[in-house]
Amino acid sequence: MTSGDPVQPPRRVDRAGIVIAVLLAVIAVVLVWDARGLQSTAMYGMGPEAMPVLVASGLALLAVGNFVDALRGNLPARESADPVPVVLILIGLALLIGVIGFGGGFILATSALFVTTSAAFGRRAILVDCAIALVMSTLIYLAFDRLLTLSLPSGPLERLL
Amino acid sequence: MMDTFAALAHGMAVAVEPMNLLYALIGVFLGTAVGVLPGIGPALTVALLLPVTYKLDPGGSLIMFAGIYYGGMYGGSTTAILINTPGESASMATALEGNKMAKAGRGGPALATSAIGSFVAGTIATIGLAFLAPWLVDFAVRFGPEDYFALMCVAFVTVSATFGDSPIRGLTSLFIGLTLGLIGIDKLTGQARLAFGVPELLDGVEVTTLAVGLFAVGEALYVASRRHHTEEKLEPVRGSLWMTKEDWKRSWKPWLRGTMFGFPIGALPAGGAEIPTFLSYSAEKRLTKHPEEFGKGAIEGVAGPEAANNASAAGTLVPLLTLGLPTSATAAMMLAGFQQYGLNPGPLLFAERPDLVWGLIASLFIANAMLLVLNLPLVGLWVRLLAIPQPWLYAGILVFATMGTIAAKPSVVELSMLAGFGVLGFLMRRFDFPIAPVVVGLILGPIAESQLRRALAISLGDPMTLVQSPISATLLGIALVALLAPFVLKGMGRFKASED
Repeated sequence: MTSGDPVQPPRRVDRAGIVIAVLLAVIAVVLVWDARGLQSTAMYGMGPEAMPVLVASGLALLAVGNFVDALRGNLPARESADPVPVVLILIGLALLIGVIGFGGGFILATSALFVTTSAAFGRRAILVDCAIALVMSTLIYLAFDRLLTLSLPSGPLERLL
Repeated sequence: MMDTFAALAHGMAVAVEPMNLLYALIGVFLGTAVGVLPGIGPALTVALLLPVTYKLDPGGSLIMFAGIYYGGMYGGSTTAILINTPGESASMATALEGNKMAKAGRGGPALATSAIGSFVAGTIATIGLAFLAPWLVDFAVRFGPEDYFALMCVAFVTVSATFGDSPIRGLTSLFIGLTLGLIGIDKLTGQARLAFGVPELLDGVEVTTLAVGLFAVGEALYVASRRHHTEEKLEPVRGSLWMTKEDWKRSWKPWLRGTMFGFPIGALPAGGAEIPTFLSYSAEKRLTKHPEEFGKGAIEGVAGPEAANNASAAGTLVPLLTLGLPTSATAAMMLAGFQQYGLNPGPLLFAERPDLVWGLIASLFIANAMLLVLNLPLVGLWVRLLAIPQPWLYAGILVFATMGTIAAKPSVVELSMLAGFGVLGFLMRRFDFPIAPVVVGLILGPIAESQLRRALAISLGDPMTLVQSPISATLLGIALVALLAPFVLKGMGRFKASED
């Protein structure tokens, strides 16, 4: 729908596109490198290493295709992106993984994610959000752990319930 | 013919058992409630609600799925009409006219024509599914492994290259999915591929982890990154909910035409509801007696695409149930749902578990009828869901999204993969790579590989077996044409763009 837009910025090399092409080529190399360690035990036909090599060749071709597209500046126009909220959410995910990894339990972990995400979307009432997050994740924990008997990881808070 | 009626009647008997009716009702309700949240399409709705069905028996959970599927679709069109954020490209046409109608105070009739149109289209298309499926199953039992491999090649190409904006970016997405599908223990020789010594990777990448990461986490990151661009505005539903006589008169033909576009295109292993919805939209634009209303809120522009969308959703179930071939992200999630019980859709499933397959098809009818009864009266409730402030909405979505993974596999590796796929989904959105081919590649890649290896083992390693079977040769030819066509037509595409 937008491809017919007559007002287009002058075409130039797209650096992000080059990075994408290089990444694809790297994945292709990793695939071949990994496949070389496999032993082909098949008497006839393909062994386990054939498919990775096939996929790697496809990726290599696509790396070239993406590279050409990037050189020609053929990538669709992008709007500016704000990195701060993205980083905030990623911090939230890292906190979640850390809390789960160190046995902090479901409620603390998801509360941390809730508060950081909410802050990423512009909320500044951190304390209110903390309260909401704790209540909500406790309710989810009770509903799923007790009622649906899905086992969610427990930490200090869960043991109090 | 009679067999189909008998099987369908048997399926109905399964579907109307009180417990199964309850599952369908819960599915429809949950599906709509999640699907109505902005930015959440039907595929993600199914992915998010998969953990809820873990503890049910396969029959009940598939019936709940049918409800979630249709509920998610309906919820998506409500969002498209009321806040102009189509959760998926198939709702874009609806958003075009529907949101204009809502702005003009005709949100009620827009919602009504989309609900009734979805019901009409879904019902007709499900009848089509019921009659087409046994016929295709008869055909598919003759397929050898090389034919299956060729069929998957067709699906790979059509899903990624033929209908997207850029065949190169579509194929790139597909190959990322294929790469992810290689991770884990090779089933034939027991050797680990791409596991890098991490024990959690030996089981391979979970489809739900990938889908939830790409769709939910990726979407949240993307929306957060461009929050400064758009301010979504919720249109209140003003005036009457009901359609006038004039609305009915202008809606029924688009419903039927939309169904005619949607079902056949959905049933072909071509994937996606975008093509039929846009075909339907442009057809209605050409045929309407009120061309001046198009772009300003013409009811035909909601009725037709909505019907096409729903009909093609039922259409994608044809290749999914009869051949085990998912051709859209939503169908891929349905397949993941089947696999969670060790069930593999395909001709064998029709023979081995007819109660399950026909129960599912019958509950599609029931879910459709329930949606019609449930949705219009409850529209006030759905609108209130739409009014949840964005920070809490996305925070809640992320909590729910991670909860599925935490419940299934509470390991640091699995959660890191979820976050990693989230970043991948964000980058793919940002650089305009389609997402569905990744999921399809992950699911179909290993199946295609094992069929190819089986075919080559039977032929004692002779690759000519792929072109000696007439079915396989034809399908590979189609795949080749579908792969080359967008490159050949590129020049013509430029011509078309200047014509618009």
